[in-house]
Amino acid sequence: MRRILENGFALFTRFTVLALLCGSANWASAAELQVPAVVEAGRGFSISVDGSGQATFYLVGPDHLVKRTVSLGGDLQIQSSDVRAAGRYQIIVCGSSCTSATFEVKAAQPAHLSFFLHPSRVPVSSPDSIDASAFVFDQYFNLVLTPAAVNFRITPASGTGFSRQVMTRRGVAWMRLNSTPHEGRVQVTAVLGNVEEARVIQQVAAEACGLRMKTVASGNRVTLETDPVRDCSGNTLPDGTIVSFTKIDKLGKSTVDTPIKKGIARVQFSLHGRVQISVACGVVLGNEVALNGGL
Amino acid sequence: MKWALAAFLTIATAVLVAFAWLQSGGLKQHAMFSAATPEEAVQALISEIRARDYPQAYASLDRSSDTDLASFTREMAGSDGSLRTYSSLQTAEVSPLHADQDQALVRLRMNWSSALGSLDDVRDIRVRRNGAIWRVVWPKPAFSTVPPQVVSVNYLRWDVLGRNTSQNWGAQDVDSPKVRITSMNAIARPGRVVILGEVENEDTVPAYLNVNATLLKADGSPIEEEGSFDLISHVLLPKQVSPYRIDFPGVRMDAVKSVRMDARALLVPASADPVIAVTDQAVSKDGLNRTVLKGELVNQSGRPVNIAQVLAAYYDNFGKVIWVSDGYVDQALMPQVPVAFAVDIPDDIAGRLKNYRVIVNHYSRASN
Repeated sequence: MRRILENGFALFTRFTVLALLCGSANWASAAELQVPAVVEAGRGFSISVDGSGQATFYLVGPDHLVKRTVSLGGDLQIQSSDVRAAGRYQIIVCGSSCTSATFEVKAAQPAHLSFFLHPSRVPVSSPDSIDASAFVFDQYFNLVLTPAAVNFRITPASGTGFSRQVMTRRGVAWMRLNSTPHEGRVQVTAVLGNVEEARVIQQVAAEACGLRMKTVASGNRVTLETDPVRDCSGNTLPDGTIVSFTKIDKLGKSTVDTPIKKGIARVQFSLHGRVQISVACGVVLGNEVALNGGL
Repeated sequence: MKWALAAFLTIATAVLVAFAWLQSGGLKQHAMFSAATPEEAVQALISEIRARDYPQAYASLDRSSDTDLASFTREMAGSDGSLRTYSSLQTAEVSPLHADQDQALVRLRMNWSSALGSLDDVRDIRVRRNGAIWRVVWPKPAFSTVPPQVVSVNYLRWDVLGRNTSQNWGAQDVDSPKVRITSMNAIARPGRVVILGEVENEDTVPAYLNVNATLLKADGSPIEEEGSFDLISHVLLPKQVSPYRIDFPGVRMDAVKSVRMDARALLVPASADPVIAVTDQAVSKDGLNRTVLKGELVNQSGRPVNIAQVLAAYYDNFGKVIWVSDGYVDQALMPQVPVAFAVDIPDDIAGRLKNYRVIVNHYSRASN
């Protein structure tokens, strides 16, 4: 919000100054200003101004405005701090008459990376499921539009890592990745020169696969216990995942939604006559078991 | 003159005593202890319960009642932070079922109002004549107890460390859980349109979920937007599926061209306990001849659950969700103790339902 207000104020000032100058200045008689067409952000430079005596100097930039009194007939120093923001600048010098020139400030060398890795959790073996986008900025946080090579280094928790080089387009380098078949942390590092930004993505087990339960009889009660609940790649589903057991007997239906603990979901039912028990995890159905009461 | 003064003082004293008797509930007490019909006896008892005067209500019961004051008070006033403790008796309807010279059976339908809506409590009670007075025979409530024991709970819990807001743009953060609406069905009910279905937390972390629906006209403009409010399990653990129902009162189905669904999930800290089993579910008729889904809830953890809500989804032959109903249980779920529940099913739905699924929402006081 503060930045928006500052920019709004700067633009308002800029247009006010320009309007005043356009109204009062004698542009036709002004001497030419020799300024470089392109300047690197944060790099000061000087321009020569013909004439003699005092003049008022204005530098109108994209995010600020400078006004000072200068002496004509010498070099006019533009401070590095005055040209930190990339964009179009205008210099106006007003003595007996006014003259102006424009120049462009381009981003300096890459110094920062803003790196987005999305999502923070992804199921294993999902194609094109990971988005990596790196935004390249200079030390003054101007987006570096000059193409640069960003190296994405992928380091899974197990297995060998690999890297992929992507050129930036309009300051952004991006790529898509498949998630690997093994759960665990995957570190993705965006590297540009000596600038590095690392992010971590968690590869998690996908839907349950081959869900099976077994029964352990104990008097007129039965304990149902799943085999370790795994996805189709063999990864164990995380503890806390809900597994639903449903028992149907002559008394009606009984259901228990129980979380997986140490890879296994376990529940106990009482038995009354013939019962049918099924198991499910999310939308995945497991096996069914038919039992006779009394076991 | 002396006699007149004495007579005046006597009359004034008698009037004041009568006034004090009336003020102290003497009339009600008289009614209670002089009920000439079974209905009067029950009505008098109800008025004492409504006034929360449980000792007085207990005193009016027939001596053959095998309950005691503590059990009676616990049954009527609730305990353990249950929903009944936040309820008050609003109305009571008494209808005779059977009567002879000395005994009668009446149906008592009590309607308790609570912050979560009204709760019906229907029971058939016996009334017995003792001389010229009828008194209610109150059965001892069956409060199950479990033997003292230590319940080991190696419960799972998720905590969330979010991104520091002072960090730069693009800093690492954790995403919201991924949820999916697995089914959606729009049906017309008398005076309203209802959107119902099921939603699944597909992620490996818990989600706090809200499902909203917007009804759209043929030109795409919205008619109305509503949320599922309490007809959903808001906290969904990984791979858990919840039914949802969204009501649009006053909207006609023929005005609706399409529906825009929106499931929003937030990553929240959550616990995987308690596990609540829903046992012996069956569709039957209640005392008022309404179709209900009955069953029992069993809290399998070691801590009491103060308030429980039952959510039931009903499916037709094709596995499509055709109705979602809910009901609150006004007793606390003490560990290992079965507590009965019943949720209403509309008659037209009952005729079409093939299958059903029940889940339980729960609330526990942190201090327990």
